[in-house]
Amino acid sequence: MTTALLLLICLVTLGSAATAMLLRNLIHSVLLLIGSWIGVAIFYLSCGAEFVAFAQLLVYVGAVSMVVLFAVLLTRRSRTDVTVSADTVSRAWSAVMAGGAVLAVLLYGALMTTLPAASAHGPAAPVKQLGAELMGIHAASLLVIGMILTVATLGSVVIASEEPSGKKEDAP
Amino acid sequence: MLGSGLLQGLAVTAKNFVGSFHDPKRLTTVEYPEKRTVLPEAYRNFPFLVSEKAEDPMGTLRCVACQICEKECPPQCIYIEKSKDKKPDATGKMQIYPAVFLIDSSVCMNCQICVEVCPFDAIKMDQVFEIATQERFHALLLDREQLAKPNSYFHSIRPSEAAEVDGRLAAERKVAEEKAKAAALAKAAAQAKPVAPKTEPAPGAASPKPQNPA
Amino acid sequence: MMPSTPQDSLLERAPQLLRDLVTSHLPEPWRWFANSLIAMIVILAVFGLLFAALTLVERKVLGRVQNRPGPNRTGPFGLLQPIADGIKMLSKEDIVPRDADHILHFLAPVILLASTVMAFAVIPYGRHLVPVDLDAAVLYFFAVGATTELAVFMAGWSSHNKYSLLAAMRALAQLISYELPLLLSWVPVVMISGTLSTTGIVAAQSAWKWGWVPTWNVFTPWGFAGFAVFMVAALAESNRSPFDLPEAESELIAGHLTEYSGCKYVFFFMAEYFGMTALSGMAVTLFLGGWHAPLPSLEFIPSYAWFGAKLITLLVGFIWIRATFPRLRIDQLTRFAWKFLVPLALINLGTTAFWSLSFGWTGPLQLVRWAVAIVLVVVPFIVMGRRLSSGVAPRTYSYAT
Repeated sequence: MTTALLLLICLVTLGSAATAMLLRNLIHSVLLLIGSWIGVAIFYLSCGAEFVAFAQLLVYVGAVSMVVLFAVLLTRRSRTDVTVSADTVSRAWSAVMAGGAVLAVLLYGALMTTLPAASAHGPAAPVKQLGAELMGIHAASLLVIGMILTVATLGSVVIASEEPSGKKEDAP
Repeated sequence: MLGSGLLQGLAVTAKNFVGSFHDPKRLTTVEYPEKRTVLPEAYRNFPFLVSEKAEDPMGTLRCVACQICEKECPPQCIYIEKSKDKKPDATGKMQIYPAVFLIDSSVCMNCQICVEVCPFDAIKMDQVFEIATQERFHALLLDREQLAKPNSYFHSIRPSEAAEVDGRLAAERKVAEEKAKAAALAKAAAQAKPVAPKTEPAPGAASPKPQNPA
Repeated sequence: MMPSTPQDSLLERAPQLLRDLVTSHLPEPWRWFANSLIAMIVILAVFGLLFAALTLVERKVLGRVQNRPGPNRTGPFGLLQPIADGIKMLSKEDIVPRDADHILHFLAPVILLASTVMAFAVIPYGRHLVPVDLDAAVLYFFAVGATTELAVFMAGWSSHNKYSLLAAMRALAQLISYELPLLLSWVPVVMISGTLSTTGIVAAQSAWKWGWVPTWNVFTPWGFAGFAVFMVAALAESNRSPFDLPEAESELIAGHLTEYSGCKYVFFFMAEYFGMTALSGMAVTLFLGGWHAPLPSLEFIPSYAWFGAKLITLLVGFIWIRATFPRLRIDQLTRFAWKFLVPLALINLGTTAFWSLSFGWTGPLQLVRWAVAIVLVVVPFIVMGRRLSSGVAPRTYSYAT
């Protein structure tokens, strides 16, 4: 039962991610990518990590997807601009080779590592313990992540609000 | 403070909601067609022809087919054909009557000009608005039989105006009667006088012979 | 669902007993499956009927507030109006524009309704009536609610109508802006209750102070502020007046719903009402003590009846607000969210931190604790309220004479 469930989740996640890469319509690709993120969340749920699964949904499907969709929408000049395809056949092949190389390295790493035995049923770490550890042992990393996020946000605001250099010369 | 206006607004709507159950001012809907609002007396819709007696609507029409309303109607929705003969009207006088009187109520714009110009108070404005029909042309063309309604109906829809019209007509009739009586008396007196001095002919003083136009 | 104990009254145990009547003869794994199925069917049926009744109640209440009776022709007092509406909507032709993205156009209402209904799974409707007792239930509820924004975008994009797209962008701006106050307003509750589980939060509000004052979160200063912020953000999240810019008729016809007709439009409509109901249910759970009775002497009334009463009170409050306030413009909406609600919610977090740290204060220090907390809630409200409407001078009228 659990193996079948795991296979189904993997099929859904990887299948939607692969289809997202193959489709020509950009919006469809984004939506399939969102589908693969939901698959990852279901995977977390099947492992018993409820908090992480819901955080994944909240952050990825609720917020990151919005960012990606807004970016696609606001940078396309017309609806026909939404389709993407490989520029030349050789480029497509190089993409497949590069992706294949990364996949090979990941598979090697995943299959060669010895994982500990699966723990008993029940939540692997109750939320309270997660919170205590985040605020205790990992507090420093949390603060650093927060700082990086703030810097990134401020930086993007600064970049977006810069005047393009050519425009100032047009004023009479 | 932010929110005080919001709370006042909420209080107003709550007062309206609660009041709609017991206060008639706060639920002013009249549930047509089970109940109808009372129409004011001056409300007007389409015209109708007044007939003096309810038992004989066609014979006692006040209308004498003078065709003034036909000429004055702005959208020209009245069509009148005079009769060839004369019939006695309500006062017994021989009058021509309208053989055909048609009003196209799909054209009529309810302006009341026909009522204002009628010298005989024969056409007045009705208050009926539920005259919707199933077809567009024939059913909305009202003829004489559909238009004639008795004076009692006129009293029931416009009491003060009907009373005023009746009073005026009665006064006019009285004046006409008095005049007729005086004329009859004068005629009788004039006829009685020449009978006596017929034996001694005066030198051309009271001669009834027409003179040469001079 | 949690098993009932024998000392609960018969009415309290009635739903469990009925369910066991149907499923007790099944073997164990099938019994769990059948129980869940029954829970799903009951939730869909109850909240579907509530949706139908709510449309009628809304129209009648709105009518009475506006000095007219509301629908009263279909059936006595208009009680069959929802059925008439349903038949009308279902028999309408389903028109899809030729250039629309058919898959997305079909999926948008489906995803919206599915994620809204999924939110009903973690609300405790009674003492033993939680469909799924999750450890991180509150997070699940709002994660599922975040998925609805995706459906709004899909609806606007797939219609192949630039006005629909524009309106979908505005709707998304509203939803994203108000998600932050919504999420920040329940963090204090979790802080004080110590758990993300809805049953745990309800259990933390189960006592009575001095024998008759319930310890619901709304009766504390931070809880009151949190409840107010939550309610306003819930109004905006479910596209409800006065935040109904996305679906108002005078705003780009129907916004992102312009190209939808018939059954799909019903789904959007249903999703709005379900969202409203789910958020009200969550507000009852987080702030109003869930299924607890207000006085200990009233505990004989079953818990689901109390939950239903509180839920209906909140829904009637929503309708009352709709009848009263005019619509907000998009810039007024977003300014209200970012410049007023978010700072207020963050300050509320600080107030709650003070409250939870001063837990041990007793005697006259309790008064100090309450006074400080009330000051921490009221002063930012007044100060920021003044700043919100600053720069708006009283109107001067000049007449042509």
